[in-house]
Amino acid sequence: MTESSHSLRTFVAYVEDRPGVLNRIASLFRRRNYNIVSLNVGRTHEAGISRMTFQMEADDDMARRIEANLYKMVHVLSVEDITNTQSVIRDLALIKVRVGPERRAEVLQILSVFRAHAVDLGTETLTVEITGKQEKIDGLVATLRPFGIVEMVQTGTVAMTRGNQGAAARAAHTEDASGIAAA
Amino acid sequence: MEDAAKKLETQPQTTPKTLTGSEILWDTLVNQGVEVVFGYPGGAIMPAYDAMIKYPVRHVLVRHEQGAAHMADGYARASGKVGVCIATSGPGATNLVTGLANAMLDSIPMVAITGQVASGLLGSDAFQETDITGVSLPITKHNIMVTRPEEICQALKEAFYIASSGRPGPVVVDITKDAQQKSCEYVYDPSPVRLPGYRPDYHPIDKDIARAIDLIHSAERPVLFCGHGVIQSNATQELLELVEKTQIPVACTLLGLGGFPATHKRALGMMGMHGEAWVNRAIQEADLLIAVGMRFDDRVTGNLKTYAPGAKKIHIELDPAEINKNVHVDLPLVGDARQILQQILPHVKSCKIQPWLDYIEDLKGETAVIEIQHLPDHGKLYAAHVIHDLWRYTDGKALVVTDVGQHQMWEAQYYKHDHPRKLVTSGGLGTMGFALPAAIGAKFACPDDDVWVIAGDGGFQMTAAELTTCAQEGIKVNVAIINNGYLGMVRQWQQFFYGGRYVATPMKSPDFVKLADAHGLLGLRVTERAQVKAAVERARAHEGSVVIDFRVEQEDAVYPMVPAGADLHDMIRRPQSHNPIYETGEDE
Ligand SMILES: Cc1ncc(C[n+]2csc(CCOP(=O)(O)OP(=O)(O)O)c2C)c(N)n1
Ligand SMILES: [Mg+2]
Repeated sequence: MTESSHSLRTFVAYVEDRPGVLNRIASLFRRRNYNIVSLNVGRTHEAGISRMTFQMEADDDMARRIEANLYKMVHVLSVEDITNTQSVIRDLALIKVRVGPERRAEVLQILSVFRAHAVDLGTETLTVEITGKQEKIDGLVATLRPFGIVEMVQTGTVAMTRGNQGAAARAAHTEDASGIAAA
Repeated sequence: MEDAAKKLETQPQTTPKTLTGSEILWDTLVNQGVEVVFGYPGGAIMPAYDAMIKYPVRHVLVRHEQGAAHMADGYARASGKVGVCIATSGPGATNLVTGLANAMLDSIPMVAITGQVASGLLGSDAFQETDITGVSLPITKHNIMVTRPEEICQALKEAFYIASSGRPGPVVVDITKDAQQKSCEYVYDPSPVRLPGYRPDYHPIDKDIARAIDLIHSAERPVLFCGHGVIQSNATQELLELVEKTQIPVACTLLGLGGFPATHKRALGMMGMHGEAWVNRAIQEADLLIAVGMRFDDRVTGNLKTYAPGAKKIHIELDPAEINKNVHVDLPLVGDARQILQQILPHVKSCKIQPWLDYIEDLKGETAVIEIQHLPDHGKLYAAHVIHDLWRYTDGKALVVTDVGQHQMWEAQYYKHDHPRKLVTSGGLGTMGFALPAAIGAKFACPDDDVWVIAGDGGFQMTAAELTTCAQEGIKVNVAIINNGYLGMVRQWQQFFYGGRYVATPMKSPDFVKLADAHGLLGLRVTERAQVKAAVERARAHEGSVVIDFRVEQEDAVYPMVPAGADLHDMIRRPQSHNPIYETGEDE
């Protein structure tokens, strides 16, 4: 076993949209001791097919085995490690900030710097929506924290590679290959 | 069962008929070529049992569902076909769990059918409701729950396909009671299963095959590894040809035994924790390892950091998730072992490795002085001698099913298997209690074989109730109990690593001769080596099942032994003294 360094990896998988599929995948991760950093599942434009984006810390060998183990699952249609592919990677967060009318303008100005926007207004609070990479969200949270954060929710990361080809098409190309290059 | 008149004609039908889910179940099994199922009835599977009588499938009533799973497993290992077991919901299903885990770790094609509470009751903690698809998720290759009769045929077809293709494994099909009872229009659809997300076939690229051939030709100290995958992909002939052409010596994993003829001059024997000393040393000194169908389990590698440090490694393996899992390899060839060997074979030439072969012969010679088969027994009965004699008096042709413990390792060392599928043993899970039920399954797969169980006194008692199954089914297996009065393998670890404190390992057993007698079977006892031959011959000649209680030396140990996690060349050897057998206790 090589002891090469772990880094954050992003994977995209297409899975059949059936009851229990997420449980199977989560069970695999737990059994193989893979630690998920973030996980997102949602429908796609094709009926019956869901798309997952997940991130975990792994080295090269481990990343390849994660892919291979997932690929063995009957309901997993394709898996791709897009870590080293140019991609759009996004998270969405909703943040409820404690802010009354007197300091609202100040907060709205901060939001414009982060290209976030207000989506709800209460007498004592303001709810912010932001999309972007994790670092950007972290930056906004840090800036808003002095005002007082009432609650916050964040989706898992979603990712899509840049360029013309879709993940399904790329996976289909490698259908017959084990994805393993000789050392 | 005998009532043949009740059996349906099983001609292929083309016009849809209205059948119950239970009838569809059996019709599908018959269409999959199933001849025997091992099982135990109960409430949630009763509709299926009720319909079974109409179909030409033999049912073997077990005494515990774990036995049913091991029987299906033994049947699959001996035949290469999918083994089938069936149980009710709740406790019936959970009793299968050990057998499923066993089949999973050894990649055995098996389908387990379980009854489930009616679909309307699912999730309500109904009587005998267990979420068996949830429970079995991590110990099956796949599982499927069925709640409608319309889905039964497709689910079973998928189960058989998934269980037997790619890297094989167990599949559970959980069928609710109402799905078994309700009817629907049905006609068997023989077309192959299509699963878009399941593509188990891989093929290496030509460039890598060429590289493998180059590596083989340039090696000076190569060793071939024969793993379970050689047997499962029916690659034994190809492996033999490769060895005949190249003269490269072959070491086997426990589950690879029989994949290469043990009496062949290039056969080294078993590798790993209880592998022969010269095998492990050859591996450590090799410059090329060609591993075929094996997964570098910790029991075969020892300390990974010092494992075969000077060897380039070619890994021929069907499952890409096994590549670089434990041992980093230089050239992975992912695909079916047989196909890959066929691709390599035409291009290999004989290798110039005579000095290496001579060197290994010398290593073997060094070991001979402490080899128990060459040592006098001083009137004692040693397990290793019993197994050696068993090999001789069965002409090396028995189908041997072993349990787990010292006797299993002695069998692996001293029963020389020349043919595949003639050794059935629990490798990955090391499941005590496996042998007797697995042997019953193997006997159904190979009714003309001389089937022998070799079990310890401990493991035998875990599933001894299946002796009654032998009696009821009228089948013959010969059971050799290597009775040392201990949970011997654990006692050996206590002797070596726990200061000789024998905690919870001395074990009392029933009188096994009387136990056989109580089942209406023949029981024999052997206490001296001179009696072994007669007992083996008597057992073979006897019509029904036989139990032989071999009262062997109680505190012998399996040598050599690589302690868990130690370097592979770091072996505990049989002590060399005038009294050849390691004595413990008194003289310490
Ligand atoms: C179900 C199960 N429980 C416990 C063990 C741990 N174990 C491995 S070998 C062994 C002793 C086996 O004793 P016996 O069957 O008498 O065989 P022997 O080693 O004496 O030949 C035990 C307890 C196991 N492998 N399986
Ligand atoms: Mg014992």
